[in-house]
Amino acid sequence: MTLLWIPLLSFIGSILSSFSGKLSRNQTTALTLVTPFIALALAIHISPAVFAGEVLRESTAWIPLLGLEVAFRLDGLALLFVFMILGIGILVIFYARYYLSEKDSMPKLFSYLMLFMTAMLGIVMSNNVLQLWIFWELTSISSFLLISYWGHKSEARKGARMALAVTGGGGLALLAGLLILGHIVGSYNLDVILQSKALIQAHGLYEVALILVLLGAFTKSAQFPFHFWLPHAMAAPTPVSAYLHSATMVKAGIFLLARFYPALAGTDLWFVMVGLTGLTTLLFAAYVALFKHDLKGLLAYSTISHLGLITLLLGLDTELATVAAVFHIINHATFKASLFMATGIIDHETGTRDMRKLNGMWRFMPYTATLAMVAAAAMAGVPLLNGFLSKEMFFAETLYQQLLGSMSWLIPVLATVAGAFSVAYSARFIHDVFFNGDPIDLPKEPHEPPRYMRVPIEILVALCLVVGMFPNLVIDGILSTASSAVLGGDAPEYHVALWHGFNLPLLMSGIAVCGGLLIYTQRRYLFQFQASLPPLNAKRVFDNSVYNIVKWSQHKITAIENGSLQRYLMLMFVVVLISAGWPLFEMAQLVGGKRPTEVDMHNGIGAALLMIGAIGTVIWHHVRMVSLLMVSVVGLMVSVAFTRFSAPDLALTQLTVEVVTIILLMLALFFLPQRTPKESSSIRVLRDIGISSAIGVVIGSICYAMITRPLDSISEFFIANAKTGGGGTNVVNVILVDFRGFDTLGEITVLGIAALGIYKLLINLPLFMPASDSEGRPWAKERYPLLLASISQSLLPLALLVSFYIFLRGHNLPGGGFIAGLITAIAFILQYIAHGSNWIAERLTINYRKIIASGIAIALLTGVGSWLFGRPFLTSWFDYFDIPLIGKIELASALAFDLGVYITVVGATLMILASLGKVTADAPKEEVNF
Amino acid sequence: MELLYASCVGLLVTCGVFLILRARTFPVVLGLTMLSYAVNLFLFSSGRLALNKAAVLGHAEAYADPLPQALVLTAIVIGFAMTAFVVILAIRGRADLGNDHVNGQETSKNKTKGKA
Repeated sequence: MTLLWIPLLSFIGSILSSFSGKLSRNQTTALTLVTPFIALALAIHISPAVFAGEVLRESTAWIPLLGLEVAFRLDGLALLFVFMILGIGILVIFYARYYLSEKDSMPKLFSYLMLFMTAMLGIVMSNNVLQLWIFWELTSISSFLLISYWGHKSEARKGARMALAVTGGGGLALLAGLLILGHIVGSYNLDVILQSKALIQAHGLYEVALILVLLGAFTKSAQFPFHFWLPHAMAAPTPVSAYLHSATMVKAGIFLLARFYPALAGTDLWFVMVGLTGLTTLLFAAYVALFKHDLKGLLAYSTISHLGLITLLLGLDTELATVAAVFHIINHATFKASLFMATGIIDHETGTRDMRKLNGMWRFMPYTATLAMVAAAAMAGVPLLNGFLSKEMFFAETLYQQLLGSMSWLIPVLATVAGAFSVAYSARFIHDVFFNGDPIDLPKEPHEPPRYMRVPIEILVALCLVVGMFPNLVIDGILSTASSAVLGGDAPEYHVALWHGFNLPLLMSGIAVCGGLLIYTQRRYLFQFQASLPPLNAKRVFDNSVYNIVKWSQHKITAIENGSLQRYLMLMFVVVLISAGWPLFEMAQLVGGKRPTEVDMHNGIGAALLMIGAIGTVIWHHVRMVSLLMVSVVGLMVSVAFTRFSAPDLALTQLTVEVVTIILLMLALFFLPQRTPKESSSIRVLRDIGISSAIGVVIGSICYAMITRPLDSISEFFIANAKTGGGGTNVVNVILVDFRGFDTLGEITVLGIAALGIYKLLINLPLFMPASDSEGRPWAKERYPLLLASISQSLLPLALLVSFYIFLRGHNLPGGGFIAGLITAIAFILQYIAHGSNWIAERLTINYRKIIASGIAIALLTGVGSWLFGRPFLTSWFDYFDIPLIGKIELASALAFDLGVYITVVGATLMILASLGKVTADAPKEEVNF
Repeated sequence: MELLYASCVGLLVTCGVFLILRARTFPVVLGLTMLSYAVNLFLFSSGRLALNKAAVLGHAEAYADPLPQALVLTAIVIGFAMTAFVVILAIRGRADLGNDHVNGQETSKNKTKGKA
């Protein structure tokens, strides 16, 4: 499980650093750096196989039926990103140690950074597209946390929200796209999808899937017109920007394009969408970058522009363009990360990032200035630096495409223009900050930063230089491996070199450099022109649309959710009516083929009583006591019906539950008005009669259709195995405690939760004890009738004996834990009724919560116990024993489970009733009217 | 008999739904109770109606379907817990809000009536 460990280690690092609050700053940093270093070592350790062309895979089935698996995959492209994510991540953490002030929480930043690192590693290493998507969303969420790190600043919160809205929204589009891909291919496995190019591109949904996936990639990589979130994300601390906007977050979108390149690329639609989006972004952002006065703003737009360049390269769809794209991914990560870090130093040491104030920094921090200038030169594409090489390749590739037919010459021209602007803003970065006169009222006196703060920049700048001068020595292995992974085959013959002779690309580079410097020197006129344009503020457009969407949905929500339970229920019933009733009209015949049984007199009388009870409840529902009694008639008849139709267990349960329910409702009635006022209008009553009769007719018809058809049941299995497998002859009970014991465990847990909820609801109940009933008659003074008191006391042991008997015989004859528990509870409730809860409290100190807990615990432990014998959860066991005098008896583990059920039922039932009863006992004696 | 049984279920559903649509908590609780009777009977009948065939091995020739019975048995108990929770909620609601209207407030028409 080597692959799994790479993201896992960084996740462990995230948790570790979040607990490092007590450590010193150096210790926290060291602790955080441990796991990414191990992960990097691990990645290096396994890399030779990848360099040799192997694809490493690891997977564990999770829910195979849904195509869900935990699958990791490491090919050249993934390896390149793993190196970048871990390498630059380590440098950023080291850098952040010196960047953060004493006030900022270091564990918070580090744990978010590591969480983000985990998510990025997950994206690049996933071999299942759904898993990839989950990590994708995790980057959105963790970048939200990172951007809003300084949550006290409103711009940080707004920037984070905007980033989350745009990238999260794109993530949803991506999910839809991936689901369509999975649907087309029939698998969510990345390997399978990447090998199904022909199948995918021949499918009718290809265009839809492509556009959705591209939406995900473009929002993440800040491509025009979704670019506007990235400049606002600059409200984050600079180490975060250095990480997110050089090597990771925004590169995730590029990674996605590269990852799906073998399956999705190669069509005209891909050319047009990817190529033109990239070109527009490249040009537009390079132009805008020049006018940003904020250093990070300039870098933000430059990032957007470079991402556009990579996107365009992937859209050009030649093999060499793809190699150039991969190469530029590496180069951009190195020079942009170092530039962000240098900006962080300048900001840190001067207190501002405004280029109108920052001038002449060369004198104050010559060393940092040199590093920043080298990195900026790489960004501009100056020879001997890595940026030059990939830009040369880019220029060369723009010449060999036919994207726009006869107008294809436009692309190299526009690319050169964009190159010129990129030189211009790089020149501005260098000249405006480090030279150009004296600084203008800086908040701080600038000086060089702490020694070690520069180390990460030195490493990255050294990389820029080494790659720029000796490309084949340093970069060739990873470049060709990663490119062949993108292309889904062998990498083409390419030649990275400083000197290709005098050719067109070199000329384009020359024009770009000269043009850029010209633009920079003449920038005054451009700035004037730019100032004369009406301001186009993408943020305002975004804010307005968000505001309008929120307003619109609030309006809709208040229209739908108006606080009326009656209306909700009415609407729900209407939906039920339509969805349940509709299929009935498509059924040919209601009555099925089963021979009907005769109606005998008993059934007739029972049904008549049930109907009278039901109708009586409705008729007298304004007089609550009467309607309650009518309901009890219905309940009783239901239990009679169960008896009649061969369900003795159900009948016993229904009977006992009925008793408890009616007692509870009578008790509840004490706290509620005795009468329901007549307030529904006649139309309302008519409408409700209509709805309820229609539902009744539909449900009754479904019931009739069902029971007149022959039965095809799985129950033969239960009947055949109850005795041999479960050791009991009462099949219903064996199902409850054995075959479907897990269900029962869930059910008693629900019962316990309900009882606890009731207990909580009754705490601190504001009392409103009525002094008399609704007719104005005072309640009886003798609260506990003597006769009942004496009888109930002598009944108690008898009742307990009966419940014990019912419990024991449950496995073989009707009975069991549920019923026995209810009988016990009723016996105790009778004591409460006869004596009052104070009387009971004096004699019995029972904590019902503990009883419920112990009941569930017993049932749970019985289930866990089977693990000790190497069996699955809740496997039951039984055997027969010969005991002298008593004879042969059967012992089953299911009995212990049933005991848990019994205890839970007793505890929960008593807790519900006793809690409510106790409220009356505690009531103050003064009368409160209502 | 099937027709009679289905009619009973239909009637219970009708009465239950009508009561649930009332404006005060107590009828709603009664309606829920009634509806849960109906649902239990409905689910139970998915094992078809059988006379004298209790699923206790050795007591009959053929057996009624035990599976719906087992499911309905727990449903009855859970139904009780649900009824209890709702009724306590109704009590708490009345204590906190001062009325037992399901919408949480008296309609203006009833306010005047209540005062009178």
